[in-house]
Amino acid sequence: MMMEPTGDRRTPITPQLALRVALLGGVALALFAVVFFRLWYLQVLSGDKYLAEARVNRVRELRIQAPRGKIVDRNGRVIVRNRQAVVVELDPAKLPDEERENAAEWGKRAGERLARPKGKRGEPIPYPPIANRALEVRYRNLGAVVGKSARRIHREVVRSLVLVPYSAIRIKTDVPESVLAHISERPERFAGVKVEKTYLRDYPHDTLAAQILGTVGEITPKQLKDPRYRGVQQGTVIGTDGLEREYDRYLRGVDGVERVQVDAFGRPVPNSALKREEPIGGQRLRLSLDLALQKTGQLALGNIGGGRPGAFVALDPRDGQVLGMGSYPTFDPAVLTKPFTQKRYEQLTGVGGVGPLFNRAISGRYPTGSTFKAITALAGLEKGLITPGAVIDDAGCIQVGEIERCNAKKQAYGSVDLSRALQVSSDIYFYKLGINAFYNDGDRGDVVIQRYARKLGFGRPTGIDLPGEDSGVVPDKKWRAERNQAEIECRKEKKIPQSLNVYAAGAQGCGIADGRPYNLGDTVNVAIGQGDLQATPLQLAVSYAAIANKGRVVVPHLGREIERANGELVQRIERDPASRIKMDEEDRQAVADGLRRAAGEPGGTSADVFAGWPHGELPVFGKTGTAQTSKGDQSWYVAYVPAKQPIVVAVTVERGGFGAETAAPIACRMLAKFYRVENAACVGGESVTR
Amino acid sequence: MSEPPPARLPAGLRLPFDPLLALAAIGLMAASLVTLQASTSTDVPGDPYFYVTRQAVFFVVGTLVAIVLSRIDYSRLRELKYGIYGLMIAGLLLVAIFGGDTRGSRRAIQLPFFEVQASELGKVLLIAALAAFVVDRSRRLGERDTTARLVLVAMIPAIFVMSSDLGSGLVYIAILFAVLFVAGVSWRHFAGLLTLAAVSITLVLVAAPALGVTVLESYQVERLTSFLEPSSVAGDAGYQQNQSRIAIGSGQKTGRGERATQSPLNFLPEDRTDFAFAVVGERWGFAGAGLVLSLYALLVWRGLRILTVAKNLYGALIAGGIVAMLLFQVFINVGMNVGIMPITGIPLPLLSYGGSSVLSTLLAIGLLQSIYAQGRFAAATKRRSLPF
Repeated sequence: MMMEPTGDRRTPITPQLALRVALLGGVALALFAVVFFRLWYLQVLSGDKYLAEARVNRVRELRIQAPRGKIVDRNGRVIVRNRQAVVVELDPAKLPDEERENAAEWGKRAGERLARPKGKRGEPIPYPPIANRALEVRYRNLGAVVGKSARRIHREVVRSLVLVPYSAIRIKTDVPESVLAHISERPERFAGVKVEKTYLRDYPHDTLAAQILGTVGEITPKQLKDPRYRGVQQGTVIGTDGLEREYDRYLRGVDGVERVQVDAFGRPVPNSALKREEPIGGQRLRLSLDLALQKTGQLALGNIGGGRPGAFVALDPRDGQVLGMGSYPTFDPAVLTKPFTQKRYEQLTGVGGVGPLFNRAISGRYPTGSTFKAITALAGLEKGLITPGAVIDDAGCIQVGEIERCNAKKQAYGSVDLSRALQVSSDIYFYKLGINAFYNDGDRGDVVIQRYARKLGFGRPTGIDLPGEDSGVVPDKKWRAERNQAEIECRKEKKIPQSLNVYAAGAQGCGIADGRPYNLGDTVNVAIGQGDLQATPLQLAVSYAAIANKGRVVVPHLGREIERANGELVQRIERDPASRIKMDEEDRQAVADGLRRAAGEPGGTSADVFAGWPHGELPVFGKTGTAQTSKGDQSWYVAYVPAKQPIVVAVTVERGGFGAETAAPIACRMLAKFYRVENAACVGGESVTR
Repeated sequence: MSEPPPARLPAGLRLPFDPLLALAAIGLMAASLVTLQASTSTDVPGDPYFYVTRQAVFFVVGTLVAIVLSRIDYSRLRELKYGIYGLMIAGLLLVAIFGGDTRGSRRAIQLPFFEVQASELGKVLLIAALAAFVVDRSRRLGERDTTARLVLVAMIPAIFVMSSDLGSGLVYIAILFAVLFVAGVSWRHFAGLLTLAAVSITLVLVAAPALGVTVLESYQVERLTSFLEPSSVAGDAGYQQNQSRIAIGSGQKTGRGERATQSPLNFLPEDRTDFAFAVVGERWGFAGAGLVLSLYALLVWRGLRILTVAKNLYGALIAGGIVAMLLFQVFINVGMNVGIMPITGIPLPLLSYGGSSVLSTLLAIGLLQSIYAQGRFAAATKRRSLPF
């Protein structure tokens, strides 16, 4: 029935075939065993691990930025708040490899160029071309939206890739909402572009208190390792300067995390909200600052100062709370919340670092002029070198060593006691006191006044809650010797002959000191606040506060309370306790009397500035100062009012002329504002003395 | 035959069939539909059953063809060997000329309703033809010339397929080896062939790139080597392998069921074809994946069993070729899914979505049933009882 072709007969299983079938079966068995064991290993033994990996796969964590706390003044008026802004960023991972390689190469060459000494660097390294045509189109699309050219974006990308290779490249901060919508709706046109909302600091009062508020910025890799920022996540915005830095841990808040389930293309899966950690907004910082006083101070400093640099400080003498602090020139801190050009930066920092960013109230060191006489007087009284009632003859000039020194305009005041000497600011009285101090100081001559000054806070930082405070200088033998040594070493290093005079040496880069030892002239200079004595406005305010306080030297501070966003108190900010200096009440009264007469009685150095002031109810205890510097007269005024609500104010204006001309009227306006005095003149005085 | 079969009508329908083999096939088809339903319900918007329906149609058509085939005496195919071989070559040529590209590999001819992957159907055609050529020279099997000719017969389509689809080409070679092995080609020839294979692999992978000749595309090399260290390969292949392992591993003992994420969220690539096994692993865990593997083991065991009951050498050779084809595909595909084999794009028989693969596998199963039926029938008519 069926054809059975040759060679295909029914073949019973031969032993050979059986063997081969068995072998085939064995192979099959082995292969299945391998796969089974592998399955067992993956699913039963390592299942937990892979389940976790599957979770990691699908869950994306998105940071939700926590708003920083507000900063408010003592009455709760907002000084710094937040506003939402849209930023446009590029994801470096979405750039072609070639662009990144080009950037790395450029960075290497530019780095080598910068490593060479100035002048031998040669031409700047040209930027590499845009990696490819497609990328150029991407840059152009993006540029059209944010208003930049493709080349400019390319350059920014290259620089960012060199500096922070893995960070998102910020193309533009603060674009309109419409740009957010435009870009989000066209992902294909804007590959790798991220548009996000972020908080920017917002300053409703523009330049108000600009120098003390400080800046914020994303934490740097270096700061991440700093114990100060332990536990802070990468990408967090922290305070980088000023109060923002000082109170960062309260203001910062905790960023939240939003977990979303995403598919393999990174698209969020609808209805898949996972656990979300809400951001915790930063706490509110209440300052001791009085916004109205601050505004008046800044306005007066700008107007009366006539564009000359200057600064003011106002303290509550009882506890050192800062009621106002300003520095001129100033700036709008909002400019620091966005990227700015190098030119703008140089303009802000200024030549020698004394531009608008520089806070002269705590970092500016100036010779104090006659404002220091109150301290000299207290030191002399304390040491018993003078008594309140002792009278000297002020003939207008006096011989100090080989030099004749005179009052301003050689004015002679005749018989003056301490109170009168302060009222009219007699230099002769204090020269004599200086000479006295020098010769009644054992074999040193540099102790009496200087030690007292240091106890009052000169020559060291006051400890205010702001970074960048200057110590000032209280010159003595040791200090002078150090300066001379520094001059010698500087000349050695720069190969300037040691015999050259100090001015010639100064022109060549040293000129630190003239090499002479400490002598009588130094002490006499210190006695009237001249020479090498230098102090910050804040130090002067603190020392006058001590006079008002009967010897309590306070630690000034701006931060007052930490509060919740709704104003509920969380904690008061504790400052270092004030130190005490021995101050005999009778002596203090004598000095205070002089200060009061200077501001409030005819003939006083600032009496005409305070014309119309109600001295009866609000006695002003104030002293002018005029420090002669190589650039001109440094105008000073320091005053306190021991009213129910006391205040101490220190004002200085560089090249401002006599103390009564610019500094005193500014202080007067501030006091008038503080005490709501309406008919005070507060105009430049005609004082003849410093 | 002297004794005619008992006169029961119609003859074909009374032929016995292997119920276990049928059970394995039906089980796998059911598993495929359930798996596809799980992995593709959102792939086509508005039609959650798009792929399931199509796969079911393939199964129905394939099963019908298989039933018909199982009622025919496979021995007749021997006479058609040149036709079968020619059909296979013609099909491959047509694909090469008119075929469409899928992911860099030219594999299929687009037809109005579905595309024909000639290389899939070619596997079964090669088995039928190659077995016939072996039988023709069964008296001269020890000769080197015979082995060489047979190698040539199989290598022509194999190399042809490999040029565009390396994995399928390897299936052809596995078939060649299995058929030669079952035919009883001497061990020396095998040793020689293995040496030859080793030399050519070395040439392709090492020597040719060194000389600047591109034999394998870089994506192919990456696929082939990524399984060695999946996470170190940044490219596509390493990613796929990693995701597949995560899917399977995360299924644990009993699977994640509706909480599965790897496949529904598209982390698992090609989840209805190459990585269908990973879907089973994630959804139904070790229990499900083990069951599917067991069904394949059953399939292979029945194949080997049928090999031994074949009424003639031709049947034994076909059964051997089919066993090798199935075993090789299952091992490579599942091995790829669990991360111990390279990525080669070999579908998992019956489980992976695709008409050509389904049809070719069901053709093979139909052939096995035919060999079983003929073997049992011949034994029965000869009053020879074989153990089940």
